[in-house]
Amino acid sequence: MSTLTFLLMDAPYEQSRTATAFRLIDAALRRKVGVRVFAYEGAVSLSMTGQKPHANAVHGRTLEEEAHPTPHAWVGALIALARESGVTFDWVNCGLCVDERGANEVVEGVRRGSPADFWKMNLESVNTLVIPTR
Amino acid sequence: MRVLQIIEPAYRATLEEQDDTVLWFTRAIRAAGAPADVLLCGTAVNYSVRGQDAEGFRVGGWAQRHPPVIEHEITKLMESGARVAALAEDLAERGIPTESMLPGIEVLSRRSLGGLCAQYDRVWKW
Repeated sequence: MSTLTFLLMDAPYEQSRTATAFRLIDAALRRKVGVRVFAYEGAVSLSMTGQKPHANAVHGRTLEEEAHPTPHAWVGALIALARESGVTFDWVNCGLCVDERGANEVVEGVRRGSPADFWKMNLESVNTLVIPTR
Repeated sequence: MRVLQIIEPAYRATLEEQDDTVLWFTRAIRAAGAPADVLLCGTAVNYSVRGQDAEGFRVGGWAQRHPPVIEHEITKLMESGARVAALAEDLAERGIPTESMLPGIEVLSRRSLGGLCAQYDRVWKW
């Protein structure tokens, strides 16, 4: 099975790059390509379970109607998709970045690691895409 | 598997992080066995300048004890065997003369970028 590695760096709700990265990962998993993700700096907050959807008075929608996206739900959805598809999926949060941000409560299946884990993921992948923040 | 780290934005959160996060990351993966080199371009060519001082950051009664020392980061990378280069055109745009640069940093022209990238298995643009 081919595997791709992605390094993400943007914090949630800041950049279009985040949604694009999730779409790329989703597309890879649907094509039975394994994915390894290393979340660096602000990207460790993507998997935080403390994110809450909200109502939106400007949109005129209730909490239920708004169905506001949360990146931690996207991470969980990718984990489920990989499981259903029978392909590898590994999400590693940079440990020091987690500590700096207090981003400890995360989606089940997300683990803590270091740049050494990223390098190992890269060696096990056919290619690696770094998507840095700007 | 050779890696080229191309760094463009400079001083992004360097006071909070006490370093540049990509230089730090490069040192960390080199320690894990990655043969990673660095190309500075855009505003990051300023990292090649000697004698920078980021001391003095204070917020209320809080004062930073260990400010970032980018010169040290670059020097440590080169001491570990990494090749560090900076783009000539971006240095010239910013008026950075070669005599103000840290010794050991190569100066490469933009025209040589294609050939440079071809020497690496992975090229990661930050």
